[in-house]
Amino acid sequence: MSDRQPGFSTLAIHAGAAPDAATGARATPIYQTTAFAFDDVDQAAALFGLQAFGNIYTRITNPTTAVLEERVAALEGGTAALAVASGHAAQLGVFHTLLRPGDEFIASNKLYGGSINQFNHSFKSFGWNVVWVDMADEEALKRAVSDKTRAIFTESLANPGGVVTDIEMVAKVARAAGVPLIVDNTLATPYLCRPIEYGADIVVHSLTKFMGGHGNSMGGIIVDGGTFDWIASGRYPMLSEPRPEYQGMVLAETFGNFAFAIACRVLGLRDLGAAISPFNAFLIATGIETLPLRMQKHCDNALAVAQWLEAHDKVEWVRYAGLKSDACHGLAQKYLPKGAGAVFTFGVKGGYEAGVKLVSSTGLLSHVANIGDAKSLIIHPASTTHRQLTDAQKTAAGAGPEVVRLSIGIEDVADIIADLEQALAEI
Amino acid sequence: MNHDRYEDAYIRGILDEVKTIAVVGASANTVRPSYFVVKYLISKGYDVVPVNPGQAGKKIAGVMTAASLADIDRPVDMVDIFRNSDAAKGVVEEALRLNPLPKVIWMQLSVRNDEAARLAEAKGVKVVMNRCPKIEYARLCGEIGWAGVASNVISARKPKLQQGFQRFGINRQQKP
Repeated sequence: MSDRQPGFSTLAIHAGAAPDAATGARATPIYQTTAFAFDDVDQAAALFGLQAFGNIYTRITNPTTAVLEERVAALEGGTAALAVASGHAAQLGVFHTLLRPGDEFIASNKLYGGSINQFNHSFKSFGWNVVWVDMADEEALKRAVSDKTRAIFTESLANPGGVVTDIEMVAKVARAAGVPLIVDNTLATPYLCRPIEYGADIVVHSLTKFMGGHGNSMGGIIVDGGTFDWIASGRYPMLSEPRPEYQGMVLAETFGNFAFAIACRVLGLRDLGAAISPFNAFLIATGIETLPLRMQKHCDNALAVAQWLEAHDKVEWVRYAGLKSDACHGLAQKYLPKGAGAVFTFGVKGGYEAGVKLVSSTGLLSHVANIGDAKSLIIHPASTTHRQLTDAQKTAAGAGPEVVRLSIGIEDVADIIADLEQALAEI
Repeated sequence: MNHDRYEDAYIRGILDEVKTIAVVGASANTVRPSYFVVKYLISKGYDVVPVNPGQAGKKIAGVMTAASLADIDRPVDMVDIFRNSDAAKGVVEEALRLNPLPKVIWMQLSVRNDEAARLAEAKGVKVVMNRCPKIEYARLCGEIGWAGVASNVISARKPKLQQGFQRFGINRQQKP
């Protein structure tokens, strides 16, 4: 192609995936192998020394996984990406590269329950201290910054509360603090929102959700925005100090605007080991080819279901940023103009018991802990995903006793509504 | 010539055309970018001449180092500059005294000197600034994607395998 910039749908299909050099296979081959034969000793030495590009071992790189990485980097407008075993592994990889024991990071108090657990428990055992704030409160966010702060973390569209983050505002605070902004873009996907365009420095995903789109593969990814100056900052020694295992190489100097992704790979993934299976990478990369079509249908269906629920007499409230009545509607119009995603919550009249009854009564909607499947999914967070949190944390995370979470799929919307109608009649 | 953004065809044309490359500021330290750019370009089949007065007469990445551009015993197609932006002008002036003239002056990532570029372009010499030939080669041939780095190239044409399985060439499969 010429130098015109390809559109999003073209990148979703083509980015990273030329015909296979060895065979001409047009689909991305699944390189289901652990190791790669070296051409010669000199090439092997160059690969181990990070002097040449190439594959050694699937824990570090794999050509199938590389297609997924380049594709997501292109879709997010980043310089590079690193795919890993899950969204949790992506977060572990990011913070392992940024933090030392005793450091702090600021995180939104409206995150996916699994992230709240990871930050509150496992990360604290590493000496990485989370400071929770309400990201909508700019003054509280500024007050949370200390000389130990090394990053700010938020979700573009929060799970399950449906809260939209004012990314530009948070990015401004991060810049003033001299720390990178990390945005979890799992629920929005780059089809709806590209956080790097609004000032994010690093984007993470659980690819398990809408990116893969079919509920068949675990995966996560770290996208390097290429925007943060690691050397000028001096607060991130993994990037700015000589690495003893690479003969004193300084990664930020050597790899420039994709150094963060390389550091997460050659230090974090190498040592922490949470590699994605090439087969999963293949399934997710294939799923991404239809991301623009699927995501639009997810959003259109979700809006129709949310509007229907809002008018239902057994429904107390609906929290979906796509609704005009929603507190986040203004932010959604700015950050998510094509649709407010497909995961949202509503409050069922009758509290905890009614919530449990509802999820036990659906026939088409599946009662599972996942989101972002082609199938419509339903869950009662207070009794499942968020049950390990305290009552106060549940409410802060938008997972109170009456809350039901939906992940609307791409079935015929009339069938989704009919199933919810009969299940609500059971209460 | 717009030096803020280069078309892929311009960069590919240069990397396809040049054969002999002098790398000014090449380092003998094996973890410096100015060492492994030399090593990478050699592996791609270029005739590379490291230029570094402190290393003159010694080998870098297995090839003999020259003390200066004027000391190189054969015509140079491209001069790749690993010096800061201010020092680049002097190197360009030295390169423009060569006979025959080099076809290309290339300044590395973060190196840019527009005045020097105008001097070269006035003599018909092509200029690239603030780019790395290793990154550009790896980007255009597809190798850089193995590290998860966005190549910003999409193509329905096969990458060209060089010797071995982990080396691609700059030109993809040609149209029949």
